[in-house]
Amino acid sequence: MIELTRTIKYEADRVKGFGHDVMKVPGCENLESCIQCGTCSGVCPLSIYMDYSPRQVMALTRSDFKNEVLRSHTIWLCASCYACTVECPRQIRITDIMYELKQRAIQEGIYPKRFPIPVLAKEFSHMAHSWGRVTENWLVMRLFLKTNWLAIFKMWKLGLGLIRSGRFSVRPDKIKRRRELQKMMEMVDNVALSALPPALANNNNNHSNSKGNGQH
Amino acid sequence: MDNNNEIRIGFYICHCGSNIAGMVDVADVAQYVEKLPGVALSRHYKYMCSDPGQELIQQDIKDHKLNRVVVASCSPLLHEHTFRQATEKGGLNPFFFHMVNIREHDSWVHTDRQAATEKAKALASAAIQRVAYHKPLEMKKVPIHPDVLVVGGGIAGIHAALTLANAGKKVYLVERDPTIGGHMARFDKTFPTLDCAACILTPKMSAVGSNPNITLWSYSEVAEVKGYVGNYKVTVRRKPRYVHEDLCVGCQECIKACVYKEPKFPDEFNEGLGKRKPIYIPFPQATPQVVLIDPETCLQLKLGKCKQTCVAACADRQAIDFHQKEELKQIDVGTIILATGFKTFDAKRLAAYGYGVHQNVYTALEVERLVNASGPTGGEVVLRDGQKPKAIGIIHCVGSRDEKTNRWCSRVCCMYSLKLAHLLKEHSDPATEIYNFYIDMRTPGKGYDEFYDKLLDEGVHFIRGRVGEVTDWAFTPEEEGKLVMRVEDTLAGYVRRIPVDMVVLATGLEPHTDAQAVRRMFNMSCGSEGFFLERHPKLAPVSTFTDGVFIAGCCQGPKDIPDTVAQAGAAAAEAMALIDKKYIEQEPNTAFVDETDCSGCKSCVPLCPYSAISFVEDKKKAVINEALCKGCGTCVAACPSGSIHQNLFEDEEIFKEIEGVLAYD
Amino acid sequence: MKYAYYPGCSLRGTGRAYEESLLPVFKALGVEWQEIEDWNCCGATAYMAVDEVKSCVLAARNLAIAEKAGYSDIVAPCSACYLVLNKARHYVEESKAIANTVRRALKTANLTYNCKVKVRHPLDVLVNDVGLDRIKKRVTRPLRELKVVPYYGCQIVRPYSTFDDQANPTAMDRLLNALGAELVYYPLKTRCCGGSLTGTLPEPGLLCTYILLKEAIKRQADVMSTCCSLCQFNLDAYRDKIAAKWEPVEIPVVFFSQLMGLAFGLPAEQIGLQRGFAPMKPLPAPGVAA
Repeated sequence: MIELTRTIKYEADRVKGFGHDVMKVPGCENLESCIQCGTCSGVCPLSIYMDYSPRQVMALTRSDFKNEVLRSHTIWLCASCYACTVECPRQIRITDIMYELKQRAIQEGIYPKRFPIPVLAKEFSHMAHSWGRVTENWLVMRLFLKTNWLAIFKMWKLGLGLIRSGRFSVRPDKIKRRRELQKMMEMVDNVALSALPPALANNNNNHSNSKGNGQH
Repeated sequence: MDNNNEIRIGFYICHCGSNIAGMVDVADVAQYVEKLPGVALSRHYKYMCSDPGQELIQQDIKDHKLNRVVVASCSPLLHEHTFRQATEKGGLNPFFFHMVNIREHDSWVHTDRQAATEKAKALASAAIQRVAYHKPLEMKKVPIHPDVLVVGGGIAGIHAALTLANAGKKVYLVERDPTIGGHMARFDKTFPTLDCAACILTPKMSAVGSNPNITLWSYSEVAEVKGYVGNYKVTVRRKPRYVHEDLCVGCQECIKACVYKEPKFPDEFNEGLGKRKPIYIPFPQATPQVVLIDPETCLQLKLGKCKQTCVAACADRQAIDFHQKEELKQIDVGTIILATGFKTFDAKRLAAYGYGVHQNVYTALEVERLVNASGPTGGEVVLRDGQKPKAIGIIHCVGSRDEKTNRWCSRVCCMYSLKLAHLLKEHSDPATEIYNFYIDMRTPGKGYDEFYDKLLDEGVHFIRGRVGEVTDWAFTPEEEGKLVMRVEDTLAGYVRRIPVDMVVLATGLEPHTDAQAVRRMFNMSCGSEGFFLERHPKLAPVSTFTDGVFIAGCCQGPKDIPDTVAQAGAAAAEAMALIDKKYIEQEPNTAFVDETDCSGCKSCVPLCPYSAISFVEDKKKAVINEALCKGCGTCVAACPSGSIHQNLFEDEEIFKEIEGVLAYD
Repeated sequence: MKYAYYPGCSLRGTGRAYEESLLPVFKALGVEWQEIEDWNCCGATAYMAVDEVKSCVLAARNLAIAEKAGYSDIVAPCSACYLVLNKARHYVEESKAIANTVRRALKTANLTYNCKVKVRHPLDVLVNDVGLDRIKKRVTRPLRELKVVPYYGCQIVRPYSTFDDQANPTAMDRLLNALGAELVYYPLKTRCCGGSLTGTLPEPGLLCTYILLKEAIKRQADVMSTCCSLCQFNLDAYRDKIAAKWEPVEIPVVFFSQLMGLAFGLPAEQIGLQRGFAPMKPLPAPGVAA
C-alpha cells in the first residue's frame, strides 16, 4: 500500500506575518526581491541532502510557511559556506537568513530530540558564554553526552590520535575576565528591547524569554 | 493692446477631474484670487485643457478685455503650449500667459486638504503678481541645415541612412569598424523566422554603398561636435587603412600576395575563432569592398621591413599606401542620429561559468559564427578540442538580471538561445542533447512564443534554473572528461549535475565602454544603466534632451532587430520632420546683454554650458547667441554689473513672484 | 608595524600546528605581533545560529580590546574567526540597532569600538604587507617538485572578499609559487569542507571532505595546503571513516605556514608537522636534487 499525505496548502497553514518578520531582520531584507532562479541550490554543496532546496526555503519563508521552514532539514544542513550569498543575483544574504531561521527554530524548540546540530550550537554558545573560550574536545564530549553518548566510543580512535599527536586539551581554556563578558551579554538582553525597532524588540523579547525557559 | 496700461488678469483654476479638486478647494482658491489686485475675473473649471476650457479663455479675453491670463493646473510640460495658444487665439501675445502647477507640486504630493488649498493660493498669488510684468515676446525661428549625420553602421544606422537618402536627404554615415553591418552581419539566422541574417542584411549594405545621397565613412569616428539644432558642425576622424578607398576595387589580389602565406592572426569578425592575414577584408560582403592593413601585425608597418608583395600585386591601381595618415573631415549637418549599438557582456566576469578557463565554454556570438556556413568551420559544429559535442548546455541570462553585473533583462537572449538551440541541433548529430537553462522564458513578440513551441517539439530540453557553476571535476563515471553543469531543476524539484561537451553562454547586452564619452560629445544623458536616455520613454522614444539629436537601436537599450529597425525608421522620420519644416521655433526665454552696462569683464564667457557667449573684441562687450542659449540663467546670476537679462525671467518678474508667495496671507 | 594577534580557540586546540608554524614564520620574516590581551572566543558560526546580536558583541569585545591597545590591524588565522570578526564589523557599520546594542554592552567593560581596527588574514599580511620578494629571499629549501593543491576553503573569501578574488582567490597560489612549489590546478579551491557537519551529521559532512580529497589525489597532488584550522582538521582527521564509507584517501593536508616553514628550512617538529595524521613525505635535501 502507498501512504498518502495531504500536500495541498490552505491559507490556515500559513503563519501570516512570519515572512515579513524575517525580512525585517537586518541582513534579511533582500529576500523580498527573490526571483526563484535556484542559483543558491545550484551552488550549495549540501543541497544534495536537503529536503527543501535553499530556493524553496526562501519561497516558503516569504509565503509565511513557518512550520514547514522551521521543521526543514535544510536550515540545519547549511554549513555557512556563503556560496549562495555571494552568487545570488539578487544579493540576498541567504546564509544570514538561514541563521535567522535556525535561531527561530531553537527559540521555539522545533527540532528533533537529541538532534546534534542545534545541541552543538547551544553547547557552543553556552561554553563561549561561561568560559569565554571553546575547547573543541570538551565541546564534542558535551555534545555526545547530550545527543548520543554511545558515539563517544565510536570516536575512540580519533581521540587517541589527537592525544598521540598532542592535539588533545586536557584542561579547558578560559579567559581571565569571565564576569566582564557575562555582564556584556546581560546588557544585550536588557538593551535590545529598548534599542531595536518594535518588530525587532518583540523578536528579541522572544529570544531572552525562550532562552530563559530553555536553559535554566 | 493694453487699455490705458490697466492690467486685467483672467485667472482659471482647473479641477483636473478629481486630481486637483480632490485635494484643493478650487472654489475657495478662485474666490481668493478674485480679490487680488489686477484680477478682472476668476473661475474654476473641470478640465481647462478641454476644447470648451480653451474657448472659455478666448471668449473671456474678448468679453472682459483681459490682457493677462493665468491658469492653475498641471505641469507646464504638458499644457503650457495649449494655453499659450488659447491666449494667442483670444488676440493676446502668447507670453502674456503664465501657468501655475498645482497638481504635481501640490495636490498629488500633499495629504492635508486645508494646507494644500493654502499652498495653491500662495502659488496663484505669485503668478498674479508676476504676470503683470510680462512683456510681449516672439518665438525664435532657427533655420535647419538639410544634411544628416548618422553615427553607427549597424542595422539601425543602415536603415536610418537609407530611409533618409531615399527621401532625397543627404546623409553622412560614420562607422567605427572597417565595414558596416554591425552585430547583425555576424549572426547566422534571425529569430523567429530563421531567415539568414546575411541574406536580408547585405542587400541593404550594398544599397548604402551605392546610394549617391549617402557619404559612407567607414573606419572613422566622430571627433568633435559643435553647434546646435539645425546647425551642427561635426569633425570626423578617418583612421588610416593604408589603402586608398577610391583606388581599391576589392579584387583582393593583395591578400593572396601577402608574405604571410597562411592566415595567422585572430579574425575579429569570427570572434577570433578563425584567422586572417595582416591585409584583409573583414568578410566577403563587407561594405565598402575595400581591404585594410592592420598596423599591429603588418611587417612593413610594424618593423619597416617587408618585401611588400601586396604593393606589387596592386601595381596597376597603386591603392596601397603605407604612408597614409589620419584625416579630419569637417561637415555641417542639421540633425544627428546616433545608432552606436551595444557591446556584449564579457563572460569572463562570471568566473563560475569558466569562460576563458574551459576551452569548450563559448559565448553566443562565437556560436553564431560556428554554425555559419561561411564561418571558420564552414558551419560544422566542431569544438576547440576538435570534438563534436554530444551534449550542449545553453545558459540564459549571463550578465543579465544580476545585481552584481547588469541589473536589466537583455530582451534578446531567450529568443537567440532558442534559435541557437535549433541551429546547433540542425548542425549536429540527431542524438545530440541540447539543454536550455533559463530563469524565466521571455518570448513576447510576433511569432516568438510559437517559436518556443517549435523548439519544445524538436526535443530540446528546458530546465528552469540558473546554473550555479560549470566545472571540470567529475564525481560520477559519466562525468569524466566532461564539463559538469550544476543546477537546480526548479520545476522537477531536484539539484542536478548535467555533464555536457559544450557550454554556450547567452551573454547579455550592455552599453559600449565609451558610451559616457559619446554622451558627453553629443551633450546627451544616459540612464543609470548607461544606455542613452530618450526624452520620454513612451511619447518621445527616439528623441533626446538635445534638440536635433535622435537615437535608434541598442544604444538606447537592448532590443531585437524588428524593434531596432522600427526605431531607426522613427528616428529618420523625426529628423525629416525637422528638415522639411526648414526651421525650428525656440522658446524666447533667452538671455541678452544690455551693452550700455556691460563692462567687458568676460566672467560670463566661460560659465555658459552651451558656449553661447562670445566676446566682441572691437566693442569690448559680451554677446549672447540666441540660437545657442538654452535659458539656464547662469550668466544672468553671475554678471557683476547686472547687465545680462533674461526674457521671462527679468528681475521684476522674479521679485514679484517671490513677493507673491511671501506676502500671501 | 605591530599586529594584534588573535589566535582563536582552535589554534590552541586541534589546530595548534597552525600557530606553531605561523609564529616562527612571522619571526623569520620580521613580522611583529602581540597577542590580544584576554581575547575570547569569536562565537564562530555556531553562535550565530543562537543569537546574532550576542555573537556580534562576543566578537566585538576582541575588536574593542585591540582598538584600546592602539592596534590598527588584527591578524586572525582561523577562517571562521576571520569571517566572524569581519562580520561583526560589517554589522556594526550597517545596522544602527546592532551598533547601539554593541556599544552599550561594551560600555559595561569600559570598552568602545569605532570600527577603526581592521581584521586581516595572515595570507593577506604575508602577500600584501611583507611581500613575495621578501618571502622569496628567505627561502632556503625551495619546494621544488612538490605538487601542492592550494585549498582556500569558503570563509576566507566569502562573503567578504577583502583581499582576494571571491571566485578565484590567488594569494596562496602566489605565495606557494614564491616558495618554489608546483601548483596543481584545483577547481574546488573554495568549496566547503563540510564545516562542523563532519561532527554532527557525518554523512553529508564527510562527503564534502571526501570530494575535496579525492579530487586532489586525482589531480596527482603530493599535499594539500590549507589556511583554516577547521578545514585542516576535517581533511586530516576523518580518513578512517571516509575509507570505510567510500575509499581510502591518503594525502597529507598541512597549513600553508607549515610549507613556508619547510621552505625556510625550519625543522619539521618545530612547525608541528608531526601532528598530522597523514604523514608528509620528506623533502629532498637541499642541493641533492641537482
